[in-house]
Amino acid sequence: MNHWDDTIIALATPAGIGALAVLRISGPKAFDAFLSVSPKSKILERPSHQAFVSRIFNGDQQLDEALAVKFSGPNSFTGEDVVEISLHGSQYIVQEVIKVCLQSGCRLAEPGEFTQRAFLNRKMDLAQAEAVADLIASESEAAHRTALHQLKGGLSKEIHDLRQHLIDFTALIELELDFSEEDVEFADRTQLIKLVKGIIGHLKNLIHSFSTGQAIRNGIPIVIVGPPNAGKSTLLNALLEEEKAIVSHIAGTTRDVIEDILILSGISFRFVDTAGLRQTEDFVENIGITKTREQLDKASFALLLEAPDSNENEVQSIEEEIKQRALPYLKIKTKADLISTKDTNDFFLSALSGQGLEELKTEIVKRSVDRQMLHSETSLITNLRHFQALNLTLESLIQVEAAIESGLTGDLLATDIREALFHLGSITGEITVEDVLGSIFSKFCIGK
Amino acid sequence: MFSKYDIIVAGAGHAGCEAAAAAANMGSKVLLVTMNMTTIGQMSCNPAMGGVAKGQIVREIDALGGLSGIITDKTTIQFRMLNRSKGPAMWSPRAQNDRWRFAEEWRLALERIPNVDFLQDTVTELIVKDDRVTGVKTQLGYELSANAVVLTNGTFLNGLIHIGEKQLTGGRISESSATGITGQLVELGFETGRMKTGTPPRIDGRSMDYSKMEEQAGDENPSKFSFSKETSAIQNQRSCWITYTNDKVHTILEKGFSQSPMYTGRIQGLGPRYCPSIEDKITRFADKDRHQIFIEPEGWNTVEIYVNGFSTSLPYEVQTEALRHIPGLENAKIFRPGYAIEYDYFPPTQLKPTLETYLVENLYFAGQINGTTGYEEAACQGLMAGMNAHLKVKEENPFVLSRSEAYIGVLIDDLITKGTEEPYRMFTSRAEFRTLLRQNNADFRLTEKGNKVGLASQERLDVLRGKEQKIAETLELWKTLKLPLEELNPLLETKGTPLLTEKMSIENLLKRPQLAVTDFAPFFDKVNPHGADSEELEEAEVLIKYKPYIEKENQIAIKITDSESKELRRNIDFKAIKTLSNEAREKLTKLKPKTLGEAKKISGISQSDLSILLLYAVNSDEN
Repeated sequence: MNHWDDTIIALATPAGIGALAVLRISGPKAFDAFLSVSPKSKILERPSHQAFVSRIFNGDQQLDEALAVKFSGPNSFTGEDVVEISLHGSQYIVQEVIKVCLQSGCRLAEPGEFTQRAFLNRKMDLAQAEAVADLIASESEAAHRTALHQLKGGLSKEIHDLRQHLIDFTALIELELDFSEEDVEFADRTQLIKLVKGIIGHLKNLIHSFSTGQAIRNGIPIVIVGPPNAGKSTLLNALLEEEKAIVSHIAGTTRDVIEDILILSGISFRFVDTAGLRQTEDFVENIGITKTREQLDKASFALLLEAPDSNENEVQSIEEEIKQRALPYLKIKTKADLISTKDTNDFFLSALSGQGLEELKTEIVKRSVDRQMLHSETSLITNLRHFQALNLTLESLIQVEAAIESGLTGDLLATDIREALFHLGSITGEITVEDVLGSIFSKFCIGK
Repeated sequence: MFSKYDIIVAGAGHAGCEAAAAAANMGSKVLLVTMNMTTIGQMSCNPAMGGVAKGQIVREIDALGGLSGIITDKTTIQFRMLNRSKGPAMWSPRAQNDRWRFAEEWRLALERIPNVDFLQDTVTELIVKDDRVTGVKTQLGYELSANAVVLTNGTFLNGLIHIGEKQLTGGRISESSATGITGQLVELGFETGRMKTGTPPRIDGRSMDYSKMEEQAGDENPSKFSFSKETSAIQNQRSCWITYTNDKVHTILEKGFSQSPMYTGRIQGLGPRYCPSIEDKITRFADKDRHQIFIEPEGWNTVEIYVNGFSTSLPYEVQTEALRHIPGLENAKIFRPGYAIEYDYFPPTQLKPTLETYLVENLYFAGQINGTTGYEEAACQGLMAGMNAHLKVKEENPFVLSRSEAYIGVLIDDLITKGTEEPYRMFTSRAEFRTLLRQNNADFRLTEKGNKVGLASQERLDVLRGKEQKIAETLELWKTLKLPLEELNPLLETKGTPLLTEKMSIENLLKRPQLAVTDFAPFFDKVNPHGADSEELEEAEVLIKYKPYIEKENQIAIKITDSESKELRRNIDFKAIKTLSNEAREKLTKLKPKTLGEAKKISGISQSDLSILLLYAVNSDEN
């Protein structure tokens, strides 16, 4: 028996740059979804379990020439109709293909969902499924951390504000329903429309920033910080030296922030070199320091550099900055060739002699990536999942706006608003009636 | 001396009365133990039933065969349908009641049930053997045995009353409190907490000047709560009156704060945010220069007045002085001062969906003991506890309502899964399926279920069948019935809706927001030839007008029911599922839920635990 009626899609290979990226689509509409990116592929007529070459499009624009394999259910991994597409390993191509498939009615798979379907369709026994459940747990932990990282950035503040606005808006609607007998002022339709338009505008901005920023320019942001002359640029150059083949050099908007993309173990990292952090009266340097703080806000991981001649107070205050943001970090003693007595707890590096450089790279991959990227369905998708949730929130709110304009009564409006709350809740955590009631009781004097 | 009872109910407030009546009407031999035979069915706070969300609950109680609706109807002095201007999910009946007659009707109704015995005494201890309750001990030293016990102690458990700096032990003013049970329950392993609530002063109506207040009259065409033919809507009504506090009143109240138990820290219990004392209102909403006060008569004949909106625990002198600066109350004489009361409750996460405790078998809790507030909330819990105690004793299946079936289902589910930090009151916003849980279809939702388990009478079921048939006939007729344009168009014109050039069915016309079924009254010979009554016509209209919303919620409700009915594999070792939280593993192992829905109703089982159960434990042999 098939328990599911929708079609899911996800990247099946690790996120990051490899030669190939494999997308997996499973569900009753898997073949239709494939047709949406490859209209001339005749997938429906093709035999099961055979690979074929097919051109992949987004509308008129050809994205790639890919190898696809069709598996007709129930003889597939999940027991459903499945298509696997081997694309060239470009994140842009992958994102675009996923977008088109989402538009054609697919939904992004939850972590472990392919396996779950396989289990429920009895393609897998319990022991195998158990392994997947462990993975799900570990992934949600990683997802939680990812969410925390984003929370530190401005984007998450905006999502948080949006959540609050939506709760307050809902509170206004619920107020006149549950508390119609109270002596409080109820919002009129014009006010409600103004409010909902404001929220819609806010939401559209967010969606825009998601699609252009996060989703397309992937790469784990790693910030290199430390007092002036701690060896930040030297380290960056040393890393680049080693990986000479794959370097793109992006100058920041000012001379104070330099970004470089490097690939370690097949995963792309965006290293951000910053201006030295220290107290200063110098105006120009202060701008640089503000930018450094912004980079700390955005980073997923920090490398804190300390040279033997660095000012200890400065190092400490930077460490404080990092800790305040709950940012995971690695403290590195640079210019190790100049240090005689070495505490074994610290990480030592001499960019000059190359001592510790390989270990550092391993450490960076291990510490900043571990579970977040080990499995394919997370990092890349987290952004897209948010993007999708925001789009669904927007859709519901547009309905709400139309409903207010058509003069629908509050209880029916509330049905549409609940949908919006539900979708936004999938990013920010569930929005409950307690949130709404809390907003009402804090703003209005309720109770005879 | 005493015979053995099936069920002992301790407490005779709204919860206790419904519990006793339900269990007895279903066939159990019931003993109702109350501290005072003259305060059975007492309205401790305001003399009113219903209101938004609460009115829906009373209609649900009635539809199941409980008595609160009938008692309310018989003692109504004013009736209003609130939220008329909003959608049908929001229409909420509310009645002002004669406080004395309400209590009297409850007492008489219980006296008419042969299976109910009464005892004026105080339960001081439960008799518990092997984690199962077998009876109670009383203050007078009796040991009474029963197969099940329902505790409905209200505010009486270690009740402590505050008026200014005065503290009195008591469950209501001038009534003693009950001690002993809390200590015993804690020893048995129950968690307990304190809650706080309050009530306003009652004043002498002869001392008031109504000319300075706004009149609030009842509905022109009053309706009623009960679906049964036993009651009818009232003819004559009494009005309520509205007046306001002002700056002067607030200043006087503030002067008393130094003697306020709230602000000097003597009260520790948590009070409800939606029913604040007047001192709370002026502190938390200091920018508001006046607060509304409702003057509510306590009955048909008495001069006593309930000052709704002025709940306070300030000293008597401060209450009097402040009241006398409210327009119309310049000469107010207080009969009984307002007070705050603290009492013990037991976090309801310790309960099964039947309101039976997990710790002690056959012991049920209902009402304020579970941290709720409100007569309606208490009454419906009493009803469900009484029904389930009876069913348990008779070894029949439990009776549980889902969130999509009734507000009662929402209330109990919220309580047992989430618990409550402040006195829990029902709001329509707590219900996901508001459009389904309308006051006017409570009988459609529940009467058959109530009848099946032996509570709602055959007579009630017959009434429902008659109503169903009338509505079905009416809907069928409206599908095709088209009125002549020359008769119809003038009506459309007055209602400001586009005129017709071609005939249109009544069904399609009613989809227009500007048109209501009552507008067709001049054509009722054709539109209502079967003589459907106003409630039947209204329901038919709702089913047409709100069809898309009702269908949408129905579909979601069905989906949820389907997923909740998924059976968990038997003999599953929850302890072996390492991805479950510790709490979930422990509770699931202990409670052995049979379905996903049962697991969902255990407090501490999170959404992610449920997903893991879905993956691991759902019986995949169901196909």
